[in-house]
Amino acid sequence: MENQFFHHALKILRDVCIGCSHCMRVCPTEALRVKDGKAVLYEDRCVDCGECFRVCPVNAIIIEQDDFSKIFGYKHRVALVPAVLMGQFPEELSPSEIYSVLLELGFTDVYEVENSVEVLVDEVNAYVSNREHEQPIISSFCPAIIRLIQVKFPSLVDNIMLLRPPLDVSALYCKKQLMDKGIAEDEIGIFYITPCAAKIAAIKSPVGEDRSEVTGVINMDLIYNRVLRTLKQKGVESCVVPEKTSLTERSILWSLTNGEAAHVNGRCMAIDEIHNVIEFLEKIESEEITDIDFLELRACDESCAGGVLAAGNRFLTVEKLRSRAVNIKAEEETLPDPSWKNITEYKGYLTSMLAIQPVTPRSMLKLDEDMAKAMKKMERVRRIMCFLPGIDCGTCGAPSCQALAEDIVQGKAAISHCIFIQRNMEQTRKLHPDHAYRIMEKIWGKDRFTKNCNKK
Amino acid sequence: MHFEYKVQGGDFARAGLASSQVKKVLKQLNVDAKVIKRVVVAMYEAEVNIVAHAYQGTINVDIDTERIVLNLKDHGPGIPDIPLAMQRGYSTASPVVREMGFGAGMGLPNIQSNADEFKITSEVGKGTNLEIVVYLNVPQE
Ligand code: SF4
Ligand code: SF4
Ligand code: SF4
Repeated sequence: MENQFFHHALKILRDVCIGCSHCMRVCPTEALRVKDGKAVLYEDRCVDCGECFRVCPVNAIIIEQDDFSKIFGYKHRVALVPAVLMGQFPEELSPSEIYSVLLELGFTDVYEVENSVEVLVDEVNAYVSNREHEQPIISSFCPAIIRLIQVKFPSLVDNIMLLRPPLDVSALYCKKQLMDKGIAEDEIGIFYITPCAAKIAAIKSPVGEDRSEVTGVINMDLIYNRVLRTLKQKGVESCVVPEKTSLTERSILWSLTNGEAAHVNGRCMAIDEIHNVIEFLEKIESEEITDIDFLELRACDESCAGGVLAAGNRFLTVEKLRSRAVNIKAEEETLPDPSWKNITEYKGYLTSMLAIQPVTPRSMLKLDEDMAKAMKKMERVRRIMCFLPGIDCGTCGAPSCQALAEDIVQGKAAISHCIFIQRNMEQTRKLHPDHAYRIMEKIWGKDRFTKNCNKK
Repeated sequence: MHFEYKVQGGDFARAGLASSQVKKVLKQLNVDAKVIKRVVVAMYEAEVNIVAHAYQGTINVDIDTERIVLNLKDHGPGIPDIPLAMQRGYSTASPVVREMGFGAGMGLPNIQSNADEFKITSEVGKGTNLEIVVYLNVPQE
């Protein structure tokens, strides 16, 4: 049983894309190609890590969000904000100032996602210490990592911790406590301010859940811009609400590297940045590394502080969150809204809702469903590899010689796409230079051969 | 399909290279993830055994649609008492090797428990020959 449908938050704007191939070269799952002078996505391989988005020089890759006006379709509009949002802004701005601007923008409530960490910690520990679960337990926190395991490490899907991440728990809580106040479900809109594309994918096509409790997503960079604009135009003083937070030190740090691992009992490790994670999972998969109880794996360098939609410098964000965590310890904990009950009062309800369904693999690596056919294809790949130069230049429009060879056996490319093969074929007069020229135009677009002094 | 890998005795830094290559191949062949895991775990142990005990070795891998056959042949001291080496908890690894976390005595029995067929022959002073077979098709439940 494999999932056939997956939502990707990332879209490539064909009109904007200049076919520079930067994205193709950094994609950790080789999900991108260049065809007709534009980047093309192989959807089944993409894990929504957003690496491509980071390197695009012309912003041709966008992360689709809900239209901001969508929030006004609901009477109660909760902004679910992750702690890293605070880290984006200059230190002089306090969380309450930033939240007051969010209220000004139209939200009726602001709730910090990591509040649910206090509900979650004990459950995570109980889960990890349950020896019936496949060891090591891999955190379900980062959706890009869950997807990475599904497509690239199918044998590890059973290691994924089947507990909802803090975002889902907080969304459940917000909805529940508003409904307990007598508010109808369809009047409640819960909007997550996301630092990354992976969280959007997780909300739009959840893994292990039928549907997400989150109504919509707003990208963090948009909120960043709006908040700063509002503050610049109106001044800070005009819109200050008193400091209200019930976050604890550990919940503020939860989305940073070692945020989870530091609070799980046993031998735990925290690894961030997707290539590091891939390297480590290879070793876990062949049991080169054993006896680990819990793995916190995050796709971004410096975890969510380095999310692709986080505008601030990730190291500064980490610094700011750490200093907020230290200072908060000294303060009296108060609720975000006096009429809201503390999340821990809902602990029983939330705990009963924590479990998610097992995660199914959807391997991207297989050459064919049928093993005999896959074997034939692999033999062809190996033969083709004897002819390709092995320098991974990418001129064929594929990220590596191996990727081209695999595309060829899948009928998605031809061996004549390789410029080395072309030279060879020209020499033996099997290919006319005009034809070779047309092949290159087909891959890189017609304009690629014209003089252009304004390349990006 | 045939693959051949050379393994250098003592080169712990590169131990596991052959098994990760084979892992990639099996994934591409759409072999069941659990079966892949057994192959890779058995092969990695066996590979580390060569690195830990022998001077050098060769791994021959043959894959068809039914099974994967791993043949690991090494030039090394050999194993004088195979039944003893097959006991759980027994380790032939030197203290240095053990300290590195390799050869905690999981070796041969662990390989056998992951294999469908398992053959071992050894000649003292010459080397060891290990044949591991894993069936690739899981019976449908
Ligand atoms: S989001 Fe990540 S996996 Fe998807 S295409 Fe971009 S770089 Fe590749
Ligand atoms: S990085 Fe280059 S090829 Fe990729 S989407 Fe942006 S412009 Fe297109
Ligand atoms: S580390 Fe955080 S920001 Fe990055 S992809 Fe994962 S959840 Fe998103």
